[in-house]
Amino acid sequence: MTNEVFRLQDNAMQSLLNLLGPAPQPQRLSLAEWDLVVRQARRANVLARIAALAQAHGAWDAVAPAPRRHLASALALATRQQRELCFEVAQIARALQPTGLPVVLLKGGAYALAGLQASLGRMVSDVDILVPRERLADVETALMMAGWVHTNHDDYDQRYYRTWMHELPPMRHLQRGTVLDVHHALVPATARARPSTQRLLQAALALPGQSGVRVLAPHDMVLHSAAHLFHESDFAHGFRGVVDIDALLREFAAVPGFWPDLLERAAVLGLQWPLHHALRYAQAIMNTPVPPGAVAALAPSVGQQAWLHRLRDALYLRTLRPDHASTADAWTPLARGLLYVYGHHLRMPLHLLLPHLLRKALRGLLPKEKP
Amino acid sequence: MSTQGLLSSLSRPQLDRLLCGDGLGIVIPPLVVRVRSPISVVADGIERLYADHPLAPQEGAGFCDFHVAVQARRPWFRPLCVFALDGRQPFTPLAQGEAFALFEWGLNWCVTSHCHQWISLHAAVLERGGRAVVLPAPPGAGKSTLCAALMLRGWRLLSDELTLLEPGSGWVVPSPRPISLKNASIDVIRERDPGCVLGPVARDTQKGTVAHLKVRPESLARAGERALPAWVVFPRYERGTALQVQARAKATTVVELARNSFNQHVHGRAGFEALVRVVDACDSFDLRYSQLDQALAWFDALEPP
Repeated sequence: MTNEVFRLQDNAMQSLLNLLGPAPQPQRLSLAEWDLVVRQARRANVLARIAALAQAHGAWDAVAPAPRRHLASALALATRQQRELCFEVAQIARALQPTGLPVVLLKGGAYALAGLQASLGRMVSDVDILVPRERLADVETALMMAGWVHTNHDDYDQRYYRTWMHELPPMRHLQRGTVLDVHHALVPATARARPSTQRLLQAALALPGQSGVRVLAPHDMVLHSAAHLFHESDFAHGFRGVVDIDALLREFAAVPGFWPDLLERAAVLGLQWPLHHALRYAQAIMNTPVPPGAVAALAPSVGQQAWLHRLRDALYLRTLRPDHASTADAWTPLARGLLYVYGHHLRMPLHLLLPHLLRKALRGLLPKEKP
Repeated sequence: MSTQGLLSSLSRPQLDRLLCGDGLGIVIPPLVVRVRSPISVVADGIERLYADHPLAPQEGAGFCDFHVAVQARRPWFRPLCVFALDGRQPFTPLAQGEAFALFEWGLNWCVTSHCHQWISLHAAVLERGGRAVVLPAPPGAGKSTLCAALMLRGWRLLSDELTLLEPGSGWVVPSPRPISLKNASIDVIRERDPGCVLGPVARDTQKGTVAHLKVRPESLARAGERALPAWVVFPRYERGTALQVQARAKATTVVELARNSFNQHVHGRAGFEALVRVVDACDSFDLRYSQLDQALAWFDALEPP
């Protein structure tokens, strides 16, 4: 069952997947197809990636002029964000100097600074860093001294983050307005698996030419990406998460011993089930090359019954898509709703979860930004 | 696209059917927009203010820059409307009476947050004799009133809200859309041109009473012609004051334009340099006025530097 390669059986995302794949063929798209792709990609935050990949494959001129200006616009924004990111990382490294800790970057920040394929056209609206939990107070103090402050003054939110989450509430720089997420673990404290932050930090790699800045080792980077994606409850960026994982796996496949290391590391860190899902769905959605047997080796970490597989596929294959009308069916809202609750359930026990969700629902009734 | 005809060729039932169904594609230079809305205020506004605009090809036949919707919410009690771009809802819902204004504001947001091929400035811009005047101003400074009066006087409207600069060339790309008039200025403009076409009036909005003024056909017809800025004027309406004009230093003008820019930072150094080039080629002024005619006469006498 688990060896069976599941594929998406519909055409709504064909063009999008081609443009995000290893051999984009923008010349084959009609204007009507571009019309749909731009909307899906904009919604999923991957429009700039389509632009960057088209350029990297020498296919930029094959993009029709009308959609091309939207691709160029998105790429300009992503390029600017990555530029700001580099500056911001240097500032964070300087702020952390008194603590003696390096900046260990996670997610988009890591892909960009390490120059990985996953960073091509990747939007990075904030910086995520990983620090040892026991040094959290020092890190927070050092960052505050350098101008990062907590913008969320809601006592409940602060307590929620600090008690249950694997990261501090987002910090914002007073002058530059940039947002920083300080993680002290890969997944929330209440999650089933408790991967050791210490091990990840020990294996982190220095970046050439950038003192005081590190990124996770390749296998840990994939595991974090997978753990992050499948502990999510809001899958607004779920599809982009799969695109990230696809890019990492394709690039790291060339690193000697990567695949055996990845499977072994997943076992050590207790992250086999998120990796199982990541491989299964990257393969199903992005056609990511995964060595035969890898998914099967991880299978014992997840329920084996056929109905469970079908249920998971039904939920994740609907949710790990652009959140767009053209890629949804009648069951999509239910699938998103169930995974929303499940994601919270992974983080909090039920007797805490229900009051939390109730509180969020009630607060959702209050207004947001005015035009 | 020319074979598609103008929006005014549609009957109201046809218009309603498209707005409630697959969407109505309109060429709103420099964009093509497809809009859906079941709300009659939106149809009213589009019917009146976009009558002269060409229709875009039918759904599935071509490329639209933005697919937007103004959806109805909570029909049973104080009905609301929300703006959506492909399912994304960037704003809090408004009263349904403001639905057309929300459509206009939503389109502005589409441009400022998705069209980084241009540097977008929060400024009105008009053209005469091939040269453009840029009018950046905070809300309440009387920018739209002045802009509407200049358009009625024969200046070509490039935009009332968004000055779109090509970063490389420094030319302004026209985006003539209905001018948003607020409160007393609605009557001021109506008195000046009793024949002017106004859209639905939205009362009690955050900005007070709002109504949109239709773009003059000449401005729309020439929407493909870019213009090079010659003047940057910061207008300020002050009740009872005599006309006062003060030349501005170029440096503070650049700073002020940057402050009024939505996305200059996206362009980085090139964005800054583009603003500097624009200001370098312009005369810039602070203008205080209370009498619209005095101000208009001053604009008429402007000579390019």
